[in-house]
Amino acid sequence: MNLKLQKILPQLVTVLVVVLVFGFFTYNAQINMENRGIDFGYGFLSQESSFDVQFSLIEYDGSHSYFRAYLVGLLNTILVSVIGIIFATILGVIVGVARLSPNYLINQFAAFYVEFFRNIPLLLQIFFWYFAALRALPLPQDADPILGVFFLTIKGLYVPAFIWENLNVFLYSIVAAIIAIVVIRIHARKVQETEGKQLPVFWISLGLIFILPLLSFLMGGVGLSFEIPKLKQLATTSFIYEGGVSLPPELIALTLSLALYTATFIAECVRAGIQGVGKGQKEAAASIGLNPNQVLKLVVMPQALRIIIPPTTNQYLNLTKNSSLAAAIAYPDLVLVFAGTALMQTGKAIEIVSITMLTYLSLSISISILMNWYNKKIAIKEK
Amino acid sequence: MSKINFLKPNKENINTFLYMGSFLFVISVFDVFLNSFFSLNITGFLPSSLSFIIPLILGFIGLHFIRIEHSGYKFLDLVNKNINTNNFNAILSLLIIFIIIKSTPPILSWFVVDASFAGESKDVCSGTGACWTYIKVWFRRFMYGMYPNAEQWRINLSFIALALLGSVGFFATEKFKKFLTLYYVVIYPFIAFLFIFFFISGGPVFFDFSYGIIAAVISIIIGFFIPSKFKFYYFIFVPITLYIALKYFIFYEELIELGKLDGLNWVETGAWGGLSLTFIISFFCLIFCFPIGMAFALGRRSDFPLIRYISIGFIEFWRGVPLITVLFMSAVMFPMFLPADFFIDKLVRCIIAISLFEAAYVAEVIRGGLQALPRGQYEAAKSLGMGYWRMHIFVILPQALKLVIPGIANTFLALVKDTPLIFVVGLLEIVGMLNLAKTNPEWLGFAMEGYVFAAIIFWIICYAMSKYSYNLEQKYKTER
Repeated sequence: MNLKLQKILPQLVTVLVVVLVFGFFTYNAQINMENRGIDFGYGFLSQESSFDVQFSLIEYDGSHSYFRAYLVGLLNTILVSVIGIIFATILGVIVGVARLSPNYLINQFAAFYVEFFRNIPLLLQIFFWYFAALRALPLPQDADPILGVFFLTIKGLYVPAFIWENLNVFLYSIVAAIIAIVVIRIHARKVQETEGKQLPVFWISLGLIFILPLLSFLMGGVGLSFEIPKLKQLATTSFIYEGGVSLPPELIALTLSLALYTATFIAECVRAGIQGVGKGQKEAAASIGLNPNQVLKLVVMPQALRIIIPPTTNQYLNLTKNSSLAAAIAYPDLVLVFAGTALMQTGKAIEIVSITMLTYLSLSISISILMNWYNKKIAIKEK
Repeated sequence: MSKINFLKPNKENINTFLYMGSFLFVISVFDVFLNSFFSLNITGFLPSSLSFIIPLILGFIGLHFIRIEHSGYKFLDLVNKNINTNNFNAILSLLIIFIIIKSTPPILSWFVVDASFAGESKDVCSGTGACWTYIKVWFRRFMYGMYPNAEQWRINLSFIALALLGSVGFFATEKFKKFLTLYYVVIYPFIAFLFIFFFISGGPVFFDFSYGIIAAVISIIIGFFIPSKFKFYYFIFVPITLYIALKYFIFYEELIELGKLDGLNWVETGAWGGLSLTFIISFFCLIFCFPIGMAFALGRRSDFPLIRYISIGFIEFWRGVPLITVLFMSAVMFPMFLPADFFIDKLVRCIIAISLFEAAYVAEVIRGGLQALPRGQYEAAKSLGMGYWRMHIFVILPQALKLVIPGIANTFLALVKDTPLIFVVGLLEIVGMLNLAKTNPEWLGFAMEGYVFAAIIFWIICYAMSKYSYNLEQKYKTER
């Protein structure tokens, strides 16, 4: 009896405290909302939003609903996160490997990069790129084209737009190439297991992924042309580029600083992972006759990835959450569009902040589920 | 003398190769050096595209020539081993050397040579270099925010006093060493709070928290007579109940009158700012987030399922949302959850929000340390007859915390780097002040100087912290 009490009492007390605190908050919230005449509800999501957003991936203007504004913000957040994750990973892996280089200059350079960028607050870096570095870019009329088609100006980066003819045929050819590669891989594994021969899978795959889409151009009637941005004069001193795709400076500054900042952490993860693979593993692999490429591909990388992936997942999550700093430089992400403008207009603080938080929670949880699944797949399968 | 094969430098002709190689290498570096420092182009007679890569080619050939293994020259072997192991490494080394040489003059001229230091107004800054005059003029704002100039000695004095009090640990004799933990965990934060509350904030201080002190003192005195079995629950409930009873039911008017002391001029928290605010916020958040995080780490490993689920929920919630939305919540949503007449200062709300947020990260780090301890430690402690708290305080936590020093240092670094986010609630620490100064019509166009200045300050703070944590890690490293 006494033992049971000892088990139940602490839990009861904790739950009681939690319930009391939450009850206190809800009670106050109700009274406050009654006093101020605010009613609780998510009905506002279907109302007309009547504000504009500068940069959006889907069609949006003031006549659309608040829900649509929410989607615009969410898509912008995802866009920044995805681009940032891609660049941060590439840079992080390069720097991480460079830190292990036997070349003294290279590993000191990499170490300098890591120590420099990770000890400065991200917000400061974003401000630096946006307010100081990108403001030093030329005006649209003075900009020199990079490689003839890209224009990097104070108003953003202008890149040529793709104009496709028969895009679906091209996509089909890519899908067909991927299926063919998978089939060949399975076949190659079977051949290796039964006959012990190795097929040049890599070169065949590389050939397929180039040749099939190329064939679609030659025979499938696929056409690709570029729309190059052209300078257009709006007024005597005001110029703008027309055509092509324009990336606003906010997006550039944000992805640049997110990638540079997060890459330092990813580099450390990569370094730890590669250092974590025992020297004996490499020597053992070499002694059974694997060539250096095979050692890296079959022995070192699978083991290093096992160490690298969990902390790198954390960094991806951090990058996604840090993308909310966009609000500081007025890039229309979820926080700025929804928790900023929409909140100011509707005054629905509780609803909007809770939706925003839930969105980030589900983004984080989905990334971590995805990475956990991958992690489990490559984990050591003990018998 | 054997025949010279230029593709394969060998030891027999080492002197020839050495002279040729070092000559070519030095020429290439010298070319880049002249080019960047004195804008002389000794290869200017070549086409411009070629003159750009000429030093690279010359240096590459030079490095190729001096790549001789076991040459017998110590210095040469050192160079070969470190920057010249193969062709690819040689090119990368050259590129890095050239980048360093190329980027030195512009950086140097911007920072020092062309920069303006003197003067009090924007007029002196006409050069192409940095305008450090801007920093000089705005220095007080960047350090103290909108805190009145005449009162800034209060901040300085408080910080110096707190720094001195904080360094007590270095001078403590053996006799007092055992009280250091108590001092740093309880007494020092309390002194710091008093300093900031009475000295930096100032004003006719209303002793609202005198109720709190009375409640705490009374409950501690009674606490001595409570049997140890119920002490834990007693200290959870009684002090708070006592405080509420004192405040709302036994309305003791005289106490309030007593509390109204005329002191220093009151400076509202909205006027605080700059680097000092960064320090204040980081300091309190560091102090608060640690015990909260520890509690939730223990909660997550608790045997009681309900406590475990509550801890998991807390940790995962805070770890899943960005800090900026948490601050948004503290600014617009939190006041709705409090009684209408109950007002919590913006700064305090900020500190609570950041502390809870970072506590979740601290909890995960400490949990890692707890998990890394072998079961034997728990079993040994239990077999000595230790209870849950005794076991954790004397056996488990000291070992677990030692293991996670780097992780905790990283979390604390993240905390310091997160403080600029408080601009969301309208508090302006150094980065916020920079953005404010940047929009001042008299000082337009000096954004770069401001950000570089703040970056240097933050870099020094963070780098010092990470080095200090590394030292701690080495100091407490124990072989197991």
